[in-house]
Amino acid sequence: MLKFPIYLDHNATTPCDPRVVEAMIPYFTNSFGNAASRNHPFGWQAEEAVDHAREQVAKLIGADPKEIIFTSGATEADNLAIKGVYEMYASKGNHIITCNIEHKAVLDTCKHIEKEGGEVTYLKVNADGLIDMQELEAAIRPTTVLIAIMYANNEIGTVMPMKEISALAKKKGILVFSDATQAVGKIPVDVNKDGIDLMAFTAHKMYGPKGVGALYVRRKNPRVKVTAQMDGGGHERGMRSGTLNVPGIVGFGKACEISMNEMESEAKRLSALRDKLETELMKIEEAYVNGSTQHRLPHVTNISFKYVEGEGLLMGFNKDIAVSSGSACTSASLEPSYVLKALGLGDDLAHSSLRFGLGRFTTEDQIDYTIEAVTKTVNKLREMSPLWEMYKEGIDMNSIEWAHH
Amino acid sequence: MAYSDKVIDHYQNPKNVGTLDKSKQNVGTGLVGAPECGDVMRLQIEVDENGLIKDAKFKTFGCGSAIASSSLATEWLKGKTVDEAVKIDNMEIVEELHLPPVKIHCSVLAEDAIKAAVNDYRKKNGLPELKFDESVVH
Repeated sequence: MLKFPIYLDHNATTPCDPRVVEAMIPYFTNSFGNAASRNHPFGWQAEEAVDHAREQVAKLIGADPKEIIFTSGATEADNLAIKGVYEMYASKGNHIITCNIEHKAVLDTCKHIEKEGGEVTYLKVNADGLIDMQELEAAIRPTTVLIAIMYANNEIGTVMPMKEISALAKKKGILVFSDATQAVGKIPVDVNKDGIDLMAFTAHKMYGPKGVGALYVRRKNPRVKVTAQMDGGGHERGMRSGTLNVPGIVGFGKACEISMNEMESEAKRLSALRDKLETELMKIEEAYVNGSTQHRLPHVTNISFKYVEGEGLLMGFNKDIAVSSGSACTSASLEPSYVLKALGLGDDLAHSSLRFGLGRFTTEDQIDYTIEAVTKTVNKLREMSPLWEMYKEGIDMNSIEWAHH
Repeated sequence: MAYSDKVIDHYQNPKNVGTLDKSKQNVGTGLVGAPECGDVMRLQIEVDENGLIKDAKFKTFGCGSAIASSSLATEWLKGKTVDEAVKIDNMEIVEELHLPPVKIHCSVLAEDAIKAAVNDYRKKNGLPELKFDESVVH
């Protein structure tokens, strides 16, 4: 039976899997101990639970449990990785390379570092949303200490060539950090095969709870260190002080275990549903997929419907269907998505985009309903759109002198 | 951000969507906004021999509040004289539709569209164009 509302915004967050919640519950009440309490069973129980979760988390990304630093989420892990490396390796250099479609947690951290006197190169991406390896190589300086490139993009789902990036970095003796928030648990991510030295990810994007994430920090070949950004009791091998969020960490562990077991079949099912959605929506005139369709997460598609505005479009069905738009109107800034603009899309196409993120509980009848609702609304709004009328009359919209406001 | 019931109603049942013959002398057309800014409004008025607006139509590319603002504007325009029409203030639209601060620019756009349509009509009929103060919120 068709279930409402239909949630297709899994890049923003995911619901907790009931199995995750079940695993967490005892750690709120009976086993509430502080994992740092060494002198009684409450503490031992909590520590044991954290250790188990650390193994589950490490296993999903092919790491050693000792290489997992629990944080409050991916934003904190991004901050810890970039600021931590910048400070720790200050004697080696002060230059970081990143790209212009990173999440704000990376971009704004880099901006912060520039204010501190560091130097940052922001690589451009091509129309597919991927960086150019030659440009990356050309950007490397003797003072480069870190290459920070996201594993997969949150808005368009494109997957960066991490293996190539890390191979180049290794040759040059530069550390690689990846914000893998959107990728971990969705596609196979292996820090050794991918050659990643530091990696941020979070529980709530993979059916775990909000408020808990992790930074992977390599311990061998090379041994990587970061300067702590949170001072205190010296938890997490001194890299992140603060009492551990035991129930959250237990949930994170369980979420990783489930993802590990179900990733392959889930990715297959979701990519089939995503392809159906995309194929049907692309039958609408003047619709465009944004970003690479080849190097992409299995559950994501981002489509622009020219001559209709994204927020207006959402309003046609947001009672029933939750998706997000790159339109300016959905943010307070009135600026359309910087990610879509970085792909070279005009502001008009960026304003007209919808992002669909499918998930574990998405069903085929929900996708069928979405196809129908989106198609109907696009058609209805185009009947109301002066731009659509001009397009149909063959008027060149670039010839009009628009009053920019 | 939740929309007011009035915005939702205008969005779902927009009044006076359409196109008037812009080549006619008694039709004034105002096209304001820009595609890059995420909203474009086209508002048209048809004026009878007594200077009364007998029909008004709009087409809008934009968010729900922009669509609602232009739909409401066309409703208000009908039956007014062209001189009365230019007195419609964007804040009246804001109040009627309960627009939040971030959406005030939609009402400004509607006000600008009305003025542009009236001026187009005046120009066609040999009247001097009216000068307006620069809109505050853009």
